[in-house]
Amino acid sequence: MIGPGDYVALSVILFVIGGVGVLIRRNAIIIFMCVELMLNAVNLAFVSFARLHGNLDGQVIAFFVMVVAAAEVVVGLAILTSIFRSRRSASVDDANLLKY
Amino acid sequence: MTGSVAGAPSAAVMTTVSAVGVQRAAWLLLAFPVAGAIILLLGGKRSNSWGHLVGVAMPLASFVYGLIAFIAMLGYPASQRSRDLTLYTWIAVARFKVNIGLLLDPLSICFVLLITGVGSLIFIFAIGYMANDPERRRFFAYMNLFLAAMLLLVLSDNFLALYAGWEGVGLASYLLIGFWQYKPEAATAAKKAFIANRVGDAGLSIAIMLMFATFGTVSFTGVFGAVHGASHGIVTALGLLMLLGACGKSAQLPLQSWLLDAMEGPTPVSALIHAATMVTAGVYLIVRSNPIFNLTPDARLAVAIVGAVTLLFGAIIACAKDDIKKSLAGSTMSQIGYMFLAAGLGPAGYVFAIAQLLAHGFFKAGLFLTAGSVKHEMKDEVDMRRFGGIGAVMPLTFGAFTCAYLAIIGVPPFSAFFTKDPIIDQAFAKGGTSGALLGTAALIGAGLTTFYMTRMLLMTFTGDRRWDEGQHPHEAPPVMTWPAILLAIGALGAGAFLMLGGWLLDFLAPVTGRPPSSPGLFTPAGIGALALLVAAVILAWFMYGRREVPVTAPAGSPVTVAARKELYGNAINESLLMRPGQWLTRLSVYFDNRGVDGLVNTLAAAMGGTSGRVRRIENGFVRSYALLMFLGAALLVGALLLVRI
Repeated sequence: MIGPGDYVALSVILFVIGGVGVLIRRNAIIIFMCVELMLNAVNLAFVSFARLHGNLDGQVIAFFVMVVAAAEVVVGLAILTSIFRSRRSASVDDANLLKY
Repeated sequence: MTGSVAGAPSAAVMTTVSAVGVQRAAWLLLAFPVAGAIILLLGGKRSNSWGHLVGVAMPLASFVYGLIAFIAMLGYPASQRSRDLTLYTWIAVARFKVNIGLLLDPLSICFVLLITGVGSLIFIFAIGYMANDPERRRFFAYMNLFLAAMLLLVLSDNFLALYAGWEGVGLASYLLIGFWQYKPEAATAAKKAFIANRVGDAGLSIAIMLMFATFGTVSFTGVFGAVHGASHGIVTALGLLMLLGACGKSAQLPLQSWLLDAMEGPTPVSALIHAATMVTAGVYLIVRSNPIFNLTPDARLAVAIVGAVTLLFGAIIACAKDDIKKSLAGSTMSQIGYMFLAAGLGPAGYVFAIAQLLAHGFFKAGLFLTAGSVKHEMKDEVDMRRFGGIGAVMPLTFGAFTCAYLAIIGVPPFSAFFTKDPIIDQAFAKGGTSGALLGTAALIGAGLTTFYMTRMLLMTFTGDRRWDEGQHPHEAPPVMTWPAILLAIGALGAGAFLMLGGWLLDFLAPVTGRPPSSPGLFTPAGIGALALLVAAVILAWFMYGRREVPVTAPAGSPVTVAARKELYGNAINESLLMRPGQWLTRLSVYFDNRGVDGLVNTLAAAMGGTSGRVRRIENGFVRSYALLMFLGAALLVGALLLVRI
């Protein structure tokens, strides 16, 4: 029998995969995907808890997260495109001008 | 403003009533010289051609008005001669009220006539003396300012306005001593005079604050009326603080050092400072404050001791200086010392202090003007060893100098015989050890006075001509000789005029009280003074008249050397005050640089170094930022969990 705890466990696994991806990968697109993975892991947790508590609050928040994630992807990809145009690279380590 | 001035038992009670009639215009006395200063200062170069005429007309106008006010005063009965004229309210804060008011009473009118009368003659002399100076207009403007400040000082009816005049005199003397400011010595002398005066001013200002704190008022009537109720300590403190102020203005020990250097100013300034204004202010302050000094024998004794020491100090310096002006400056210190000594004797001496002051105004102005004429004709030479035989070429100047000379040494029946001998008498009459010591000092001072004046006369006007080549002195122009001649006549007659028949005693009695005893004309002390006079003249003649005066000063005895160095007054100031002060400033600078600045700089360097290292965290790699965020979030979650448990 699959219970709410399993969903939360899956959510945690997905979140950790996403987090590690953000920390160790250099390709900006992969990092983006990992961020999306983390957001969706959170969404899964929200929906699971909504189901567990029998109300709709978590589901509503999940929708909000999706909307925000979609907007964020738009902006992020636009930045990425312009960086790629100027540097011919999608590696985040090449975009390190803003420092001490 | 009416009120009563209650003096000590020995002083007469005098009421101050409002001025009426012609005396209501007493503000004119101040307005003339103030207007003169303003016109000449604002007029600029346009007034160069006629500026000196305005500059002379203003003090003359003041003098004429002073005479009118004086005659009006003589018309009043003796007890009603103190007239107050309130001009406007200067400060009104709660209970504290200061009026700008003028007090015309016998004491202030004496000063007004001396200041404007002798002052006017000096101004006329200055027309000739400064004729070739391109800045003559500015000179007359400052001189008018000087006169105005001094008149405010003596006419004010409260201590605060007196203090304003007091400071004005200090400012004007600074401007005038440093008038030739392109000469470094003159600039230094001006600063020295100003600083020495500031020390005294601090004393007077604290005295005024103490008056306000104790009596709640600074008006003469208020303070003198309430002073009986004050504790002995406060009254003595007031007396000593005023003495400090008076020492600064009047160049008495220990604030004497500025007066000799002040000779760097033009000679008319020296005459004005020494005869009519400035140095007389201290004597005025003490005599004016007689209700305070009457209550405190300790402060009076301090005044008398300062006077006695200074009169010897100044006389010794005057005996050794070869610079004619500096010798006269030492003489002024000495003569003012007599006035302080007299004022320190209390009611027995106030009136003699004023008599000596008025007579001194004449003969010292005369001496300075004649010395100025000689200096003028000798191309600014002041070394008496390079004079000699000038009497033959400048007979009028020689005559005027001789008259003033006879007056200052006290040959009967000339001025100092009537004014100085009573001071010696009264000092002896004080009794006790202090009386004997003060009297002896005054007696020796009289002998020294004769010696240095005879020396000056012989070295300058008689004997061989020891002139440098190219000197062709001849008689000064009339504009310079006539003021000196008038002053010389005044010097001869002033003493007899003031003292014969006790005229000044009666006139000043309402303000200063009457001396308990009045010495006769030929007292033992007076005869002793005459004997000393003859001895000093003979000694001086043997030393400077019969013998040839060497052009370069001989080495001289240790006493002479010390006197030439002004009895080490400057050395004492330098070693006791200046050098410790310099060390203190150096120490402060060192502490500031190393201590305060060091602390601040170390702190700043530590902050800068730390942040230089910390900022390396901002390396521009997104991954490291993400890791930091992750760590931060983990820390936050961990902390929350910890709190919940």
